[in-house]
Amino acid sequence: MDIVSLIAHVQGLTAIAVSLVFGLGALGTAIGFGILGGKFLEGCARQPELSNMLAVRMFLMAGLLDAVAMIGIGFSLYFVFDNPFVSAVKAAANIVRH
Amino acid sequence: MSQETGITANQYIHHHLTYWTVGHGFWSLHLDTLLVSLTLGFVFFFSFWMAARKATSGVPGKWQNLVETLVGFVDQQVKETFHGRNKLIAPLALTIFVWVWLMNFMDMLPVDLLPRLTQWAAEPFGTNPEHVYLKVVPTNDMNMTFALSLTVFVLTLFFSVRVKGPLSYAKELFTHPFAAHNLFVKLLLALPNLLLNLVETLAKPLSLSLRLFGNMFAGELLFVLIALLPWWVQWPLSFAWTLFHLVIITIQAFLFMMLTIVYLSMAHESHHSH
Repeated sequence: MDIVSLIAHVQGLTAIAVSLVFGLGALGTAIGFGILGGKFLEGCARQPELSNMLAVRMFLMAGLLDAVAMIGIGFSLYFVFDNPFVSAVKAAANIVRH
Repeated sequence: MSQETGITANQYIHHHLTYWTVGHGFWSLHLDTLLVSLTLGFVFFFSFWMAARKATSGVPGKWQNLVETLVGFVDQQVKETFHGRNKLIAPLALTIFVWVWLMNFMDMLPVDLLPRLTQWAAEPFGTNPEHVYLKVVPTNDMNMTFALSLTVFVLTLFFSVRVKGPLSYAKELFTHPFAAHNLFVKLLLALPNLLLNLVETLAKPLSLSLRLFGNMFAGELLFVLIALLPWWVQWPLSFAWTLFHLVIITIQAFLFMMLTIVYLSMAHESHHSH
């Protein structure tokens, strides 16, 4: 197999992997935020005088919810622009050639 | 900004993802991260110090008002969350909050502004402009966020050992969260307890730093990608993303501070109630 089709194969699979990371992270975060926001509104409806404190706690939990999704996004964007798998293929091609 | 001959989108993105590195291998230093974070630290320190020196009990000026609001806010959070006696926690929380917020705020500057200025400043010295790299957001760098979280981690260990005593802390690692009264069952549960506690102890600094890094890295990369689009698309997109990113910056700085307070509070209290 020539090197171009190998690299294209690896890049295609990487693209699918990156989209999975983005999509599943977004799915989890969206469902989590929905439940969190719903509980917050319920709590505010029951006890409106606590709404300030609850809002602070909600943003705290929102930061925690974002965390793993953002970590996934950060690492997968690194794969998009500087794919180490492609570097491995190129290094292997150099070894075979010499 | 794509007027230079032959610079592709990929090269532009790569240029913006490269640090100003000095040295190589393990001893390489990211000078841009170090210089920007130190400068922002001094800005924070001296501005708050001037506010403290010029503080009046009469009608406060705007700067004193802001500093008082911040200090009061952090003090209230520490009072509510920290169940121990330690004079270090509130200043540490204030430093983490304001410093991390200032470092994150560097992401609000236009992507090409400071790098282009340093390229112009470096030209009289004969350096090739394409080899001048500058990443202005220190918390974009994993080294910076790990430095912050590892410091908090070392403080957690230090205070755990000092407040609880080394023997009591070690015993706690073996007997929480599964406790037993039978000696044989205790020995059986010691290893699972230790594994769970090790994972929890190591996951805390890791998640603390990677959360901040991931948010800031993705934010800056999105700004770089928006900079590649045609100019009539850039204005609405970057406006929307800037607004959202301002919220994220504040939430992440606040979250780092709150988690620091919570972890240090957990290091100070003994788990007899669990």
